[in-house]
Amino acid sequence: MESVLLTVAWLVASVLFILSLRGLSSQTTARRGNLYGIIGMAIAVGSTALASTIDLYVPLILALAVGGAIGAAMAARVAMTAMPELVALLHSFVGLSAVLVGYASLLAPDAKTGAVFRTEIYVDVAIGAVTLTGSIVAFLKLRGSLSGRPLLLPGRHMLNLSILLGIVVLGVLFAGSGSVTWLLLMSALAGVLGAHLVLAIGGADMPVVVSMLNSYSGWTASAAGFMLSNDALIITGALVGSSGAILSYIMCRAMNRSIWHVIFGGFGGEQTAPAAKGGDAAAPGEVRETSVDETVTRLLKARDVVVVPGYGMAVARAQHAVHELSELLRKKGVRVRFAIHPVAGRLPGHMNVLLAEANVPYDIVLEMEEINEDFARTDEVLVIGANDIVNPGALDDPQSPIHGMPVLEVWHATRVVVFKRGRSTGYAGVDNPLFYKENTAMLFGDAGDSMKRLVAAVRERVG
Amino acid sequence: MKVGIPKEIHAGERRVAGTPHTVQQLVKMGMSVMVEAGAGVGASLPDALYTAEGAELVDATTLWAEADLVLKVRPPTPDEARQLKRGGHLISFFWPAQNKALIDILAERSATVLAMDCIPRISRAQKMDALSSMANISGYRAVIEAAAAYGSFFTGQITAAGKVAPAQVLVIGAGVAGLAAIGAARGLGAVVRAFDTRAAVKEQVQSLGAQFLEVHVEEDGEGGGGYAKEMSPAYIAAEMELFYQQAKEVDIVITTALIPGRPAPKLWERRAVEAMKPGSVVVDLAAEQGGNCELCVPGQLYEHNGVKILGFTDLSSRLATTASQLYGTNLLHLLRDMGGSPADYHVDLDDEVVRGALVLDRGVLKWPAPKPEPKAEAPKPVVQVAEKPQEKPVEKAHGHAPAVAKPAGKPLAAIIGLALVGVWLFLRFTQADAQLGPELAQFLQHLTVFVLACFVGWQVVWSVTAALHTPLMSVTNAISGIIILGGMLQARGSPGAASALLGVLAVLFATINIAGGFLVTQRMLKMFRR
Repeated sequence: MESVLLTVAWLVASVLFILSLRGLSSQTTARRGNLYGIIGMAIAVGSTALASTIDLYVPLILALAVGGAIGAAMAARVAMTAMPELVALLHSFVGLSAVLVGYASLLAPDAKTGAVFRTEIYVDVAIGAVTLTGSIVAFLKLRGSLSGRPLLLPGRHMLNLSILLGIVVLGVLFAGSGSVTWLLLMSALAGVLGAHLVLAIGGADMPVVVSMLNSYSGWTASAAGFMLSNDALIITGALVGSSGAILSYIMCRAMNRSIWHVIFGGFGGEQTAPAAKGGDAAAPGEVRETSVDETVTRLLKARDVVVVPGYGMAVARAQHAVHELSELLRKKGVRVRFAIHPVAGRLPGHMNVLLAEANVPYDIVLEMEEINEDFARTDEVLVIGANDIVNPGALDDPQSPIHGMPVLEVWHATRVVVFKRGRSTGYAGVDNPLFYKENTAMLFGDAGDSMKRLVAAVRERVG
Repeated sequence: MKVGIPKEIHAGERRVAGTPHTVQQLVKMGMSVMVEAGAGVGASLPDALYTAEGAELVDATTLWAEADLVLKVRPPTPDEARQLKRGGHLISFFWPAQNKALIDILAERSATVLAMDCIPRISRAQKMDALSSMANISGYRAVIEAAAAYGSFFTGQITAAGKVAPAQVLVIGAGVAGLAAIGAARGLGAVVRAFDTRAAVKEQVQSLGAQFLEVHVEEDGEGGGGYAKEMSPAYIAAEMELFYQQAKEVDIVITTALIPGRPAPKLWERRAVEAMKPGSVVVDLAAEQGGNCELCVPGQLYEHNGVKILGFTDLSSRLATTASQLYGTNLLHLLRDMGGSPADYHVDLDDEVVRGALVLDRGVLKWPAPKPEPKAEAPKPVVQVAEKPQEKPVEKAHGHAPAVAKPAGKPLAAIIGLALVGVWLFLRFTQADAQLGPELAQFLQHLTVFVLACFVGWQVVWSVTAALHTPLMSVTNAISGIIILGGMLQARGSPGAASALLGVLAVLFATINIAGGFLVTQRMLKMFRR
């Protein structure tokens, strides 16, 4: 009877999770969606805690309390600009839990035996370990503790392949004997694989990596579900897994990359070679510098302004100043809109979150497809800390390493002001012909600083 | 390069070939712009606005003597033409077929002339198609003039003082002007019907909310280039009969029928005018070419049996500000097509658009241009639907179907299918299932759940709007903490057991994940505001 009740509770939880994802289809229903998720999780955890087989309540409650407190503290303190790191770190916890659960199931006093069960454990631990180390490396890269440059070992594809082969061989051995040694060995191998996969991926591809790890963390939960014969885990894991897979797919499409290139890091090599090429194509023209004063004059005259934020805005924490500027202009009757490239930032939808944090109303924040047509009718475009996503080379220079990637066609506007820290190239290491266009003016300096000065100047003039 | 924009001296002409906005663009291209003093006054564009954008204010003599390129609306008068700088360029409406004498004068001055009315009507040239821009304005204005001359409401009303029927409007010819007229008349609340010999425009007419009238004679009047051709006598007889019948019903008739290079067809006969109710209005947009209405007096309002027949030829000029802006923008697009900056500006004989518009090239007659390939596209008329709001629908993403084509889908599906067949055959003929029996059965059951859940996830996640991708990640992150169940179920037996210890540790980490994920999502979602 109890198992029936538990199954029903888990079923309800699974449905709530589906509703939760469904809720995210629009901003108006999103919060309700999150609430469904919380309720679902509460039901799943609560009902499981009441299962009669569980008797170690003290350590269990302790773990829940401590874990909850840590999680809450992290969630409350994280800056919105640091969201990518947090998400990566949380992924690693899922991977770690999956590994631990795998070992626990194997070592449990009443553990099942049999090849199918052992294979399930094995798969669970393998995916868990890849997720764990991959996420940790991603976390370190996003935090800047590790360089964003891809680590390209010679023969890395052979290395990956042989590790994979080793994992399969160990798997066969483990399925036969059930010995922990093989499992431990495999965990180490899988860990190396996960770390190596992410190390080989360049910084600009980070949104794809993070969503891919998101997907892995789902699959690992699903694998655990198979292992434990638990449908709630299978369903939930599959939901998360497909969600992450879709996000990776969207991100890849937005960058015109094949998903295999990203997964296996710098596949074929030509993706990374251009870093050097930027040098010899140097100085194709003059860049024009502009001043805060001039920019303000033009902004106040403009009728239609589009702001294109990029990762640089996140780094400079300029989103609040940007919002202030847009509000001042809007009050003056200028139409201000924001254009978001799908891979702006280091996380899918990163810019939307930053702008939302700064209170920018979401209905003036538009996606690439919605606004690209409108640039020709735009008076001023402010490109804040974005580079590759506004690179005209992606469309008209077949030599460009980012050729074919859809970009925001800002250069059709009457004038473009680029806020840029220095004269360096973007994350992809590609020179940007936009900077040399006649209607482009550069405003060098920290984006946050420039923005604040801009806001002050506008305030002064508007009175 | 000096660009000159003279004042239009044709009587009643209020348009001008450049506005402060287009002048600004010309200056940006690198042109130096001269504007004749008072050029924009008719279009409510005072001189100060031009000088503010960097134009130089000059008198007519200086302008004609110095400008390398003159931009005009109307064809120049012979006097003006004689003042054009030797070897100078001129772009304006020109009507070369009707202005042979003018061509000779300009040829003698080695002028290069491009006629805006000869821009080919192909897709690429739509942004330079001044005829369409002006026709759009005339169509709109025709309705306004009709409304002013008509003695009643356009829209039907039921008032305390009685009921007023809506005006019945007939638009003949559904080209750019006709469609604009339909849109404007509908906007005012009239009941609109329209007639055109080209069957292809039926949908466009209906999309604007008008009824499409048809003649029951099989013949398509598509004549290429967005115009109709002349029809057979049987068809015309049937058409006239239709109009005569319509005349008894409608209050307003707007005729827009033109056949290029020929006088306008007489469609609204005397008997049709006489069949109309007194107080009705006929607006004849073809007045300049002789008029579609038999009784039309070009340039004037003529009244016959209480029916007002408006033959104004300056309808686009009556909306001078916008007409100037649109015309100026058409010119701007043409100049961009010809190179843009003074250094790049040139007459490219290989450019289909320039070649089509070219009348004189350094004094040599180039008109008419050789016919390009016969395939002529109808210009897509720019129809303004006034009631359409400017803002895009915000909840566009809401509930849109997962429309994703997976390129690699087919071979993948085939491989999976083959593999399944292989597994099935293997199990069927080796009795392997006897050993693995219950475990395998359970596995397959789970697999079913798994595959279905993947599909559900796939469907649901595609509907998530891009702006919420980060919250999506953090919420899926939180729910992937469901792995906690695995840990919890191991929290049993002796506290020292390795499995229990590992289980509790798993719970700890999973909880961090759950709490962190949900709370940070909540935090983010709270920030989104409209």
